[in-house]
Amino acid sequence: MRWMWIDRILELKPRERLVAIKTVSLSEEHLHDHFAAGPGSAALPIMPASLIIEGMAQSAGILVGHAGGFKEKVVLAKVNSAEITREALPGSTLRYTATMERFDTTGAATRGVVELIEQTSGGPVCTEIGRIDLMFSHLDQNLAGAEFPKHNFVFSDTFRTLLTTSGFEAW
Amino acid sequence: MTRDEILEKIRAVLVDALGVDDDEVTEAARLTTDLGAESIDFLDITFKLEQAFGIKIPQGELFPDSTAQDPKFIQDGKVTEAGLAEMRRKLPHIDFSDFARDPRLGQIGNVFTVGVLVKYVERKLGAGAPA
Repeated sequence: MRWMWIDRILELKPRERLVAIKTVSLSEEHLHDHFAAGPGSAALPIMPASLIIEGMAQSAGILVGHAGGFKEKVVLAKVNSAEITREALPGSTLRYTATMERFDTTGAATRGVVELIEQTSGGPVCTEIGRIDLMFSHLDQNLAGAEFPKHNFVFSDTFRTLLTTSGFEAW
Repeated sequence: MTRDEILEKIRAVLVDALGVDDDEVTEAARLTTDLGAESIDFLDITFKLEQAFGIKIPQGELFPDSTAQDPKFIQDGKVTEAGLAEMRRKLPHIDFSDFARDPRLGQIGNVFTVGVLVKYVERKLGAGAPA
């Protein structure tokens, strides 16, 4: 589970949208280095923006994989745009909403909204903090002649476990 | 829609897809060599053209699909006469005459110009006279 950047899938509307969450925890090792204390400065643990993009890629990737019955090897091909306007600190939750914009045999395009849910004394507060639009390629359709393993190495048991623990039927 | 209006929309698509400046997007500009498009960008451009013009672009209609990888049509790293004929038939909006003089597979990217996209969309919208 080392490279899972979402904790749970909340909603899956096939071929349309997927909503997933990720809780940012101070026990995650990378936060200790991002950013570590330096001479004269205290540590500043924040979720790296690159991993927020990865979280959206996994959310949207599952939406795309599900649309193809997980038969295709779906790989992130292009980050069309990514804008993140606020840091996510430990104790907060990221909510990724991925929406399918285009899907065909060659690949897919998705739009994504990132929200930050913070716990306050008045209850949870949800704020949109970013938008991430992605493109995915169906590997076997776009690299004719290239040799890939027959099994689907993109959608591995890890994704199956995530779907099952989120209450969805795994393939 | 006039040819200029089509070009303007295509310019916006390419600025968005490839991160280029709008004055770089001339009709003669080659998508790969001049505008830096990579293979996945062709899929992105296809998606964005569909949205911009409200058209459906089947796989292999705008850019070649499997012809350029079919062993029947490739010999010693070059596209054969049969391969060229097949591509001319499938992709009538593309001018292959320069490529035919040096049909090395690695050179095929040079045939995809902004003008090719304009011509394709013109045909698709029925705005242009058939070539």
